[in-house]
Amino acid sequence: MNAHAGESRPEAHRGPYDAVVVGAGHNGLVCAAYLAKAGRKVLVVERRRQVGGATTTEEIHPGFKFSCCSYVVSLLRPWIIRDLDLPRFGYEVLPLEETFTPFEDGSYLLRDSDPERTKRAIARFSPRDAEVYKQFGQKMAELGRLVKPMIDGLAPDPLARNPFELMRLAKFAKHLRGQGEEWLIGNVKMMTMSAVDFLSEWFECEQLIAPMSVSGIIGTFLGVRSPGTAYVLLHHYMGEIDGSYRAWGLPKGGTGAIAEAIAGAARALGAEIRLDAPVERVLMKHGRATGVVLENGDEIAAKTVVSGVDPNRTFLRLVGEEHLDPEFARQVKRFKMRGSSGKVNLALDALPEFACLPGAGPQLRGDITIAPSIEYLERAYDDAKYGAFSRRPFMDIVIPSLTDPTVAPPGKHTMSIFVQYAPYKLKEGAADWPNQREKFGDAVIDTLAQYMPNLPSRILHRQVLSPWDLEQVYGLTEGNIFHGELSLEQLAFLRPVAGWSRYRTPIHDLWMCASGTHPGGGIMGAPGALCARTMLHARAV
Amino acid sequence: MPIPSPFHERTSKLCTSYRWKDWSGYAAVSSYDTTHEREYFAFRESAGLLDVSPLFKYEVHGPDAAALLSRMMVRDVSKLKVGRVGYSCWCDDYGKVIDDGTVTRLADDYYRVTAADPTLHWLQAVSRGLRVTIEDSSARLAVLALQGPRSREILRAALGSDGAGIDRLKFFGAMRARLDGLDVWITRTGYTGDLGYEVWTEKAGALRLWDVLVDAGRPHGIEPAGLDALDVSRIEAGFILLGVDYFSAPKVILEARKSTPFELGLGWIVDFERPAFPSFIGRDALAAEASRLKRGTAVPGGWAPGRVPGGWALVGLEVAWEALEALYESFSLPPSLPATARRDGLPVYDDEGCQVGKVTSHTWSPILKKYIALTSVHASHAAPGTILQMEHTVEFERRKVPAKVVKTPFFDPERKKKP
Repeated sequence: MNAHAGESRPEAHRGPYDAVVVGAGHNGLVCAAYLAKAGRKVLVVERRRQVGGATTTEEIHPGFKFSCCSYVVSLLRPWIIRDLDLPRFGYEVLPLEETFTPFEDGSYLLRDSDPERTKRAIARFSPRDAEVYKQFGQKMAELGRLVKPMIDGLAPDPLARNPFELMRLAKFAKHLRGQGEEWLIGNVKMMTMSAVDFLSEWFECEQLIAPMSVSGIIGTFLGVRSPGTAYVLLHHYMGEIDGSYRAWGLPKGGTGAIAEAIAGAARALGAEIRLDAPVERVLMKHGRATGVVLENGDEIAAKTVVSGVDPNRTFLRLVGEEHLDPEFARQVKRFKMRGSSGKVNLALDALPEFACLPGAGPQLRGDITIAPSIEYLERAYDDAKYGAFSRRPFMDIVIPSLTDPTVAPPGKHTMSIFVQYAPYKLKEGAADWPNQREKFGDAVIDTLAQYMPNLPSRILHRQVLSPWDLEQVYGLTEGNIFHGELSLEQLAFLRPVAGWSRYRTPIHDLWMCASGTHPGGGIMGAPGALCARTMLHARAV
Repeated sequence: MPIPSPFHERTSKLCTSYRWKDWSGYAAVSSYDTTHEREYFAFRESAGLLDVSPLFKYEVHGPDAAALLSRMMVRDVSKLKVGRVGYSCWCDDYGKVIDDGTVTRLADDYYRVTAADPTLHWLQAVSRGLRVTIEDSSARLAVLALQGPRSREILRAALGSDGAGIDRLKFFGAMRARLDGLDVWITRTGYTGDLGYEVWTEKAGALRLWDVLVDAGRPHGIEPAGLDALDVSRIEAGFILLGVDYFSAPKVILEARKSTPFELGLGWIVDFERPAFPSFIGRDALAAEASRLKRGTAVPGGWAPGRVPGGWALVGLEVAWEALEALYESFSLPPSLPATARRDGLPVYDDEGCQVGKVTSHTWSPILKKYIALTSVHASHAAPGTILQMEHTVEFERRKVPAKVVKTPFFDPERKKKP
């Protein structure tokens, strides 16, 4: 393909669009909605036949609707919900309060929104930890609140030289200094320690530390003892600050309904969304992006191009290395994608039961965490280090149909199982995933059957998504669910490339608006909104 | 001390939180769990099952039953067809509201009235000289409200071979049915503003009714629900509550506390389009008030302390969240709202700081993601879009946050009235 094809087009033909957004993932849609709200003419082009990208609901078995990829709302910014009036377009979030952890010896831990009940549950393992648990939550929420401005605004950029940026930095430094030593120490610890070490400073019982530590590793190719994993624990507590807005919960109708709501808002604001329109490449002229070329050969001219796909795909495929400075290209390649997780979705004939706590109580309707011990989690990581999926993986399970009856026929259920580790790069190579996919699914079901013996007999349909499938179907490079690992060296002003954390790219008029940019992945919407805000502020569009 | 309702044997076992309240002398569940959240979402996503037996209920029989109720209510009840339910309020001679409730026409000469307060004495007083019998059926009847998007499917399943009838039951319709051998009345009514039904039966069949509905509802995610969840739902639906959003005329000391139907947003029920004789109670006063409203000179009930020219209007308020967040931020706190709907009255001010009204019920709406309030304001400040200042206390300091006047209901799903 000739990447310079666009150059023959005269300037006057740059087209009627102010912006063309590549990919109708939730961030692409949020960005389009904000640009449209500011009166810009926006087109979103999407490869698949539905909006959402990995924020998707699909009927993979008749009558059963699954949040195939992302499965909970995580930190969707309240100001975005308000600005776009999402509830009017069908955005509803249902409670997901419980966390249930069964252990290998037949005991279990159920934590929920009732502090006293949770305290009693923890006290069975450690009366000391039971008392500390609430304090820990408070302390983390305090820390989270101070870091929260980070996810609601641009990343402070120490690389910037201009006076405005230095002023911002000075302000931020003052904000931090004002928090006192205790806060600074806590924060430095969080930034550098492993999830397990950090939690061990607070708690003594492993039955609490193991299931809590997994928040630090989701979506990363790291173990619960790897340094730097403590920081991601904070994200969980930041959600609580949004209080009534319920930052963590089950989206009604699956996560796809969130994408539909944002798309509804975007359309109502005048944005155009074209489905089944895969982009082949970005049109380039004199080093500027001038539009996109679809796979069917259609050229769409636009003043700006906004990429809603991951940085790797944006630069190495849609733009092409020939348009990049070698050093920048190298940095993009260094940006760690390396997917480490898969998804197993089950259509169930009836509710399964835990051997340790039979019945259809609160143990089934919240978050079910299969993380029985630190050793278990480390062994799961060991498998992955050497290029195999975990034979006994960490799992995060929800049964959305218990709270949202619209996703399954009456009396039947959907089960969403997030599984880690499933390394993209198998020993045999990523392309071997189609051969190993079902074996991976079997390992998941076998492991779960230890806790829920009647689960296998209740399965009507099983969908297994390996990181390779996530790449093939959803365009997530190497199957990374966050468009690049959420590890410290890839956050804030370093995301995705040092010096390019502000949604701009070295290519003029090409912008990035998705999870590969600050503040990162999860159904947060902040990258999309901040990108639009930056573009409008810079009068780029 | 409150007494058990006919469903107590079931509800008491499920109410693990021990959170009860007194409702008209009965022990009623506030919330089964420590928070009402799941019960609220059952109303909005699947179905919530609520014991509403403590409602006051009256059976009015006889050739003059229609005449009695038409005389008592501001609505012309004689126009109500058999198998229909009407919502109405009733007033004293001066056009001040006594109570509100529903009237169901079960047969030509047989009506059932519900009320929030005891009403037997009033029915008897109005019935002088009329050929009617009035029975207080409050204790005899057991009533369950089944509310939520799945309520129709659940009733269809519970009714078995008679299930088709439920699909024909229109909004505010009533039908008689056999439910697992029980003789029941089903009305498509409720206090949640969602698709929903109320099922009425003899007290003896109460437990059976509960079990049948719970069994039929299990595959649909039915949840027993308490009054806390109901309170959030009814504010979202814009439904007023006696003793909270307004006060019964005979029970108050100050004239200013009394309300006309117009002041409660119930003007649409007042039916002047009927023969002047026999009249309905309060007609002359209400007609005069209506004409004053038209001319814009209304001082309802004449001048009295606390009365304002133009009268009061019941409106919805939506609090500006950014301002609330900024207010909390000034205290270095994240915004926090009470977890349940609240009934503590809060003053509401205009731009100049003059008090122009009072919030009577307020709640965070989980489905709308808005902090909403039912509010009585001077009619001059009732236009939708008007920005008022509502009191809000943070850290023991009384501050104000802007709030916008909006039309109620706040939440009005299509399914509520859908055939």
